[in-house]
Amino acid sequence: MLENFGWLGTRDHRAPRPAGADPPLVQFALTAAALGFLGLFLFLPVVAVFAKALEKGLGAYLAAISSEEALAAIRLTLVTAAIAVPLNVAFGVAAAWAITRFDFRGKQALTALIDLPFSVSPVISGMLFVLLLGVRTPIGGFLAGHGARIIFAEPGIVLATIFVTFPIAARELIPVMQASGRDEEEAAAVLGARGWQTFFRVTLPNVKWGVLYGTVLTSARAMGEFGAVSVVSGHIRGLTNTMPLYVEILYNDYQFAPAFAVASLLTLLSLASLVLKHLLAGRIESAAPQEQAKSGARMAA
Amino acid sequence: MSIELTAIRKTFGEFVALERIDLKIKTGELVALLGLSGSGKTTLLRIIAGLETPDTGSVRFHGENAAAMSVRDRRVGFVFQHYALFRHMTVFQNVAFGLRVRPRRERLPEQKIAARVHELLALVQLDFLADRYPSQLSGGQRQRVALARTLAVEPSVLLLDEPFGSLDAKVRQELRQWLKRLHQQLHVTSVFVTHDQDEALELANRVVILNAGRIEQIGTPEEVYHHPANAFVYNFLGSVNLFHGRIENGRVFLGDTALEVDVTHQHAHPANGRAVLYVRPHLLEIDHAPLGDKSFRATVKSVNPAGPQVKVELVAQWGDPLQVEINHERYRALRIEPGSEVFVRPKESRAFIYQI
Repeated sequence: MLENFGWLGTRDHRAPRPAGADPPLVQFALTAAALGFLGLFLFLPVVAVFAKALEKGLGAYLAAISSEEALAAIRLTLVTAAIAVPLNVAFGVAAAWAITRFDFRGKQALTALIDLPFSVSPVISGMLFVLLLGVRTPIGGFLAGHGARIIFAEPGIVLATIFVTFPIAARELIPVMQASGRDEEEAAAVLGARGWQTFFRVTLPNVKWGVLYGTVLTSARAMGEFGAVSVVSGHIRGLTNTMPLYVEILYNDYQFAPAFAVASLLTLLSLASLVLKHLLAGRIESAAPQEQAKSGARMAA
Repeated sequence: MSIELTAIRKTFGEFVALERIDLKIKTGELVALLGLSGSGKTTLLRIIAGLETPDTGSVRFHGENAAAMSVRDRRVGFVFQHYALFRHMTVFQNVAFGLRVRPRRERLPEQKIAARVHELLALVQLDFLADRYPSQLSGGQRQRVALARTLAVEPSVLLLDEPFGSLDAKVRQELRQWLKRLHQQLHVTSVFVTHDQDEALELANRVVILNAGRIEQIGTPEEVYHHPANAFVYNFLGSVNLFHGRIENGRVFLGDTALEVDVTHQHAHPANGRAVLYVRPHLLEIDHAPLGDKSFRATVKSVNPAGPQVKVELVAQWGDPLQVEINHERYRALRIEPGSEVFVRPKESRAFIYQI
């Protein structure tokens, strides 16, 4: 959210005030209120996390994040993200492609369904998986009988993460694909390109920043997800704890410094995502089509 | 390659875009599809390209049914209205695209592709811009890159959608001449869509006038301009005055004035009754004295001498506004000004009668 305030302080106060602009006092008060709010609710907590994490010194900090359990949590988080993110980005590209390029029955339903994980509480999403795949259910029982444990094991965590993060990339890509229009793909087709050539040489390069943007957002959410993962994980230390779950356990054990040390890693991750997101958003805008594709006009002309 | 369209119909939901379109385009022709926006001209072009599928009717290329051919197999060149250049590729890469996506056994070696691209860029006089991106080019340059890219695949039909639509007047004029020369040089069957009648009449061998999804007339520029098939075409091609009159025994009357006009255009023997008379502004004459009983009285409202012709706005004796174009010599001789009482009559017998 920080990027929206980039213009602050760049205004030259000596310049004559444009007609209809607010008086300087109002401008100052609003700016101060916005910055104050931001400082109180965003900046301060971030600083607090790092302060608390480094409370007992750098040695303790490093020890906290390199303990066996911490490393297991980091590994599980990264593995989960490594599976969930590519799948969801691929799904996002396919869904955005289908929704923006084709007319088909059930398009409305698909668009609405994509949003479903956003509108369901993550805890409930987790419970759905437990109800569906738990050891006492027919499917879960069958799988467990064949040695595949889903719930309270890594596969369950991966599934829950995929479910919770799957709308993100699709949501990002649909408007980008809409804006990039169909003209270039049609041009490629009349020039003799096959479907896959058009996709890899024209469609994908045009939306590549959108794909990256979706990847960043999906990764951030996949690594930070708590609710759904908490329900399906069973909190088995060193086995089914992701980083957010591990932070909670440490915190509940009154191990504040280690808890904040692991939390600081997640915070760094969010800050990195924020910076990347900001950079990519700028790229997407500058990559917008030179001529506004006149959508629907081909029907009229 | 010849193109034959038979009984094409195309709808978008409730909207009927094209209805009963029959059109034959001969090899090497340059045909204009002329119409207002919404007349279905772009849809027709896209159907020829294979970018749209007609609901009914057939498209034949050289007598062969094209329904089964994909866009790729039709070997058409299509220049999009907004050029649709690949914005992440340089000019060179754009032009090379069609050559590079060919199946491996048909593909030229990279050196030959490069040579061909430079040859085409030289043809469109843009070789010095090969490394630029489309966003760094002007509208006219983009247009020429789009043409070079299309010509690279040696299409047997060239389709252009509003090729000069978004360019300014001067560039448009230049590119028009350039396209005409190019067509004479390459002699590839070409169809272009335009809403600009001057463009259609100047460039095309034949003009197809479309209105509300139907063909109103097909003919050479001379035919459609001088022998419009119906009131729509007459109205559409150039400005025109409408007079409400009547026909009695083969003579046309406007109020009490009998006009000496050729009424055989639409019907050999027009029936008596009310009629609408269409006369172009330059086919009317102004004088101070009545010219027999063939003229009518009018009052000058305004005069605009800027331009090759002097445009005079008048009000006829029965109250309808009308426009007359006279040359500057005549204007100086007449010395008319707003408020002058004058007499107007059709100069030639060329007028168009539409029987109500």
